[in-house]
Amino acid sequence: MKRIVTFTLNGEPKEVITEDNTTLLDLLRDSLGLTGTKKGCEEGECGACTVMINDRPVNSCITLVRDVEGCSVVTIEGLEKNGVLTPLQQQFIDNWAFQCGYCTPGMIMSATALLNRNPHPTEREIREAIEGNLCRCTGYAKIIDAIQAAAAATNWEAESK
Amino acid sequence: MVLPEFEYLVPTTIEEASNLLVELGSGARVMAGGTDTIPPMKDGALKADYVLSLTRIPGLDYLEYDEKEGLKIGCLTKLFDIQTSPLVHEKNPAVSQAAKYVASTQVRNRGTMVGNICNASPSCDTAPILIACDATIKIHGPEKPREVKAVDFFKGVKRTCLERGEIVTGIVIPPLAENEHSAYIKHSVRRALDLAIVGVAAWVQMDGSVCKDCRIALGAVATTPIRAYEAEKVLIGKALTDELLNEASIIAMRNCHPISDVRASAEYRRDMIRVFVKRSIKKALEGYEEGSI
Repeated sequence: MKRIVTFTLNGEPKEVITEDNTTLLDLLRDSLGLTGTKKGCEEGECGACTVMINDRPVNSCITLVRDVEGCSVVTIEGLEKNGVLTPLQQQFIDNWAFQCGYCTPGMIMSATALLNRNPHPTEREIREAIEGNLCRCTGYAKIIDAIQAAAAATNWEAESK
Repeated sequence: MVLPEFEYLVPTTIEEASNLLVELGSGARVMAGGTDTIPPMKDGALKADYVLSLTRIPGLDYLEYDEKEGLKIGCLTKLFDIQTSPLVHEKNPAVSQAAKYVASTQVRNRGTMVGNICNASPSCDTAPILIACDATIKIHGPEKPREVKAVDFFKGVKRTCLERGEIVTGIVIPPLAENEHSAYIKHSVRRALDLAIVGVAAWVQMDGSVCKDCRIALGAVATTPIRAYEAEKVLIGKALTDELLNEASIIAMRNCHPISDVRASAEYRRDMIRVFVKRSIKKALEGYEEGSI
């Protein structure tokens, strides 16, 4: 059955018509053209589809559009402001924290959620925060470097406001 | 992967949800975070014509502590909130640890502890600690509410004691007295997004070095999470020496009926029960350092 769902997407109010069985990932990619959020395993294992719902990283592939009614959804496209990347995004570039790049949006969403919650995480906390994001190029070391660099260089609390 | 068609229903009271379940019968599936509903529906392992979301029912997302009753966890309370709650860390850190062992951060941000037990996987990470701590499962039914002990909740692989129209509304974990301690240890190849090869939870009540009472619960070694009653009997009334723990661990192996699968052979699982029963009791006695979870 078609339903109207209203939520906030990257800071803007959004109203969409959806089927009950449409996932947030399919809505983002196929209906809204936001292809920064990647489709990997489609069953909540790989983290490529990670977005933030009410500031928490979740797998959009196993989240129904119906479940985001009234929520705030942020995708990778919602991070940069006026063409300026977030410090974390910039550190991913500066630290060569990707190879094929497919896991990058998910990694950045998980790491952004971590830094918003915990601006100066330990290495263990960083590793745990990205435990649900697989990088099949196995580029984890550079990814952790980038997150550490962003945490060290930034007054993250002030930035995220 | 295409998610088959279904109708998504959003009851706003638990009574309405229960009545809908009675009306719709076996074609209806109750869902909270959906992390154990959407993936099996995608791959065809679970069929449902109706998905009943509990998320619009107020008052089911809570995490409280009562001096008499203990920790109270609602059926919409996310695993991530249980994992990170200072209250749970203080009152029963093994419960936080068990919550944290489930899947990944992303899954724990949507999945609930109640959903984790209702899924009734033999390797369910939160079941052993609930059984060991003698938790009570609160159930709303079409007739009247009822409660069951965690150990009686599980009836088989993916099967619980829930009757038609019944919905779990919460979990109550009794408080730990000063001489009571608990722990849960999961043995898996990967730390995240992996199922337990075995999971062992222990609860002990001590009188000095003597064990006055204890409960040991084992995961992933039978069709349901189970109690290791015979091993417990070995420990009760005695000082917990290494020798005694070894003896109890060997007896716990006999309670197991594990399967061989992609993660481990039955023999290995049984042997790991020997190792992890001892470790979990030692961990309970040793306690969780602040910041270690």
